[in-house]
Amino acid sequence: MKLTVKKLNLAVFLVLVAATAQAKLNVVATLPDFGAIAEEIGGDKIKVTSIARGTEDQHFVDARPSYVRVLNQADVLIEGGAELEVGWLPPLVNGARNNKILSDAPGHVILSRSIQLLEVPTSPVDRSMGDVHPFGNPHFSVDPANGKIIAARLAETFSQLDATNAAFYQANLQKFNERLDKKLAEWTKLLEPYRGTKVITYHKSLNYFLERFGLELVGTIEPKPGVEPSPSYVNALIPRLKAEGVKLVLIEPFRPRKTPEYVAQAIGAKLVLLPGSVGGNEKVKDYLSLFDYDVEQIGAALKASP
Amino acid sequence: MNLRKSLAWSFALCLCATLAQAQEAKEVEKLNQQLKQLRENFEQQQREMRESFERRLREQQTQLDSLKQQLDASKTNARPALAPSPGVVSDVPMPANTTTKPWRPSDPIRLGGAQNYLNISFDGLFAVGTSTAKDIEKLETGGHDPKQRGFTVENIETTFEGKVDPYFRGQAALVHQIDTSGESFVELEEAYVESLSLPANLQLRGGQFFTEFGRQNQSHPHTWDFVDQPLVMGRFLGDDGLRSAGARLSWLTPTPFYSELYLTVQNSQGPTLHSFRNDNGGDPFFGRPSSQGRVKGLGDMLFVPRYVASFNLSDSQTLVAGASGAFGPNGTDGDTQLYGVDLFWKWKSPQQHAGFPFVSWLTEAMLRRYKAGAFNWDLNGDGLADPNEMVDPATELPAVLPRETVTDYGIYSQLLYGFRKGWVAGLRGDYVAPTEHAKYESIVGSDSDRASRWRVSPNLTYYPSEFSKIRLQYNLDHRNGIGDDHSVWVQFEFLLGTHAAHKF
Repeated sequence: MKLTVKKLNLAVFLVLVAATAQAKLNVVATLPDFGAIAEEIGGDKIKVTSIARGTEDQHFVDARPSYVRVLNQADVLIEGGAELEVGWLPPLVNGARNNKILSDAPGHVILSRSIQLLEVPTSPVDRSMGDVHPFGNPHFSVDPANGKIIAARLAETFSQLDATNAAFYQANLQKFNERLDKKLAEWTKLLEPYRGTKVITYHKSLNYFLERFGLELVGTIEPKPGVEPSPSYVNALIPRLKAEGVKLVLIEPFRPRKTPEYVAQAIGAKLVLLPGSVGGNEKVKDYLSLFDYDVEQIGAALKASP
Repeated sequence: MNLRKSLAWSFALCLCATLAQAQEAKEVEKLNQQLKQLRENFEQQQREMRESFERRLREQQTQLDSLKQQLDASKTNARPALAPSPGVVSDVPMPANTTTKPWRPSDPIRLGGAQNYLNISFDGLFAVGTSTAKDIEKLETGGHDPKQRGFTVENIETTFEGKVDPYFRGQAALVHQIDTSGESFVELEEAYVESLSLPANLQLRGGQFFTEFGRQNQSHPHTWDFVDQPLVMGRFLGDDGLRSAGARLSWLTPTPFYSELYLTVQNSQGPTLHSFRNDNGGDPFFGRPSSQGRVKGLGDMLFVPRYVASFNLSDSQTLVAGASGAFGPNGTDGDTQLYGVDLFWKWKSPQQHAGFPFVSWLTEAMLRRYKAGAFNWDLNGDGLADPNEMVDPATELPAVLPRETVTDYGIYSQLLYGFRKGWVAGLRGDYVAPTEHAKYESIVGSDSDRASRWRVSPNLTYYPSEFSKIRLQYNLDHRNGIGDDHSVWVQFEFLLGTHAAHKF
């Protein structure tokens, strides 16, 4: 008797789960940026879970088993691709055993396929060059123009999988694009006076942002992608950056501070902590506020500098 | 500015087209017509736009080139700033069929090689060091542990991995090794297929593979956090890990947290089934000869259930707990029960850079109940002690061993601290012991395979990248009846090819 009650409970639970799954599109995003854009498009018609946190290094996210469970329930998986998540996503997807998000399923969105990637190697790469991404730079979501492409891509997928709300998704896409365009004009105007300013970053993770706003990247704290700087590298870097007239050292908040601080001081540049992802700090709550914050930080730093 | 306007227009058009699609369900006929028209318009617009854009782009490019020549500043890899535009994207290589269809932002752009049939990786793991022990091959219980003073080729592993077809994923690992006598040999460590999409959250694996027992048994030596394998694994699971041919079914249970139930069924005979039907290289096991035999029925199989669950204690702390059992016949005409519990806890900074800093703690405890069959060492039946017979020293006659259950347990616990990028400090403690003095031991003498022993191993690992490591480890070993030994090992590793993602 006890068993039947248990079974009944389980059945009710399963039905409930099925019912809620029907009601809302269950969307899992690898990065919070993708999740934030998904929320703009999907509104209350979808449930979004982002795996990586905005505060951490996107290449080294832990494949926590709880995400196997999350991916098992997903209707949509949004990933950046181009080897961005190669170190942690495959075992999660493998364990999730969910047909909806496997390889070429409509619910499996690989965003890099819709984006023109920067720094696609033109000659063969090997690992003596560090962690060079053979498909190009995968940190593309820090260009708001790419945000529009991501939004369009997601609107299409959501509309396809949840046709009854297609009009809603398309309307949200339009609203998002309008807001983004307006903001983009503001950001561009704000940074317009500083076009051509020379900067350095830690990793090549902000290149799309710099490109968009006309800031010139003349070097990185890392000698090669994924390789930590040695003292001799830093000593050679400093005179070069001085000669170039580098004004800003831009690093994400999770990067080590010591070397960037040292370099900034040595060359008379300002060190700016620039979140590269939604959730990078408490002020960066959604996709647009990421740029609001970053643009303002750069603007303020350059305004104050002589 | 003009461009941006035209873009906004194209987005609006795009939107209209999809809106129309959405209403299709309601007014199918009429809207279909409209949609068609709209699409035709859109296509034409897009074509025109792209053409004009490309023209303009070329013009700008020539302007830019001349400007560039005037600039003497050193060049970066930045490309000319272009307006945010799907038109820009349409410039990148596209599949051939796009000539018939206007490009949309959501269309795929294929990059790099078009095929990915087989991922291959090659890993070399070596050790060099010394020890005060005279019997290093007994001090170190793992087949891939350093077994001699000087250099040891621990594990040279070639891994193949890929999708077989829409239904299966395949993986294989071939291991090369050079033993202490300098002989090179090859070992088929693993080769299995795994289902990709069984219904009801099930997953099936079949082939030759490491048994799903505990946490470390399933991992390959180059992923271990210490130079050598834990003592308890060597004692219960054998020098090469518990692995065999068979099948494994796993079920992702519908709990709100992650939990998974595994059932593995494998052949129970062979040298990699140490506590089961293993002939122990011809030497007695627990005082009795042990034989491998073949599979005659279901009772000759090894059954291994395992349950594992995981909880996120906080945003940065994860706990994984597991319990396993392994049940099967052994080589002495009895059967063996193996139980294990494992607990893994990890903290990783929410502001991690390249995965650091982190702290992790792993503990595994195991218990073995080995039901050994009765055995009379009077092999030729003459009632007298002969050279190949084990003798009872009290009577100086062939030993007569009763049926008995021999119980042993063991535990290891290890703490790792990744304190800065690439640097990990570790500390491991090992302990194995018998629960009682067995009856056969009181007849033929204490068995060194059961003697209690402990080990403490601090180490420091430096990972120059994810593809190489150098590790320094010190072992303080204490073996009851033998005493203390000190060992120092340096281990180094390189990895070529695909780096398999880290399983948590």
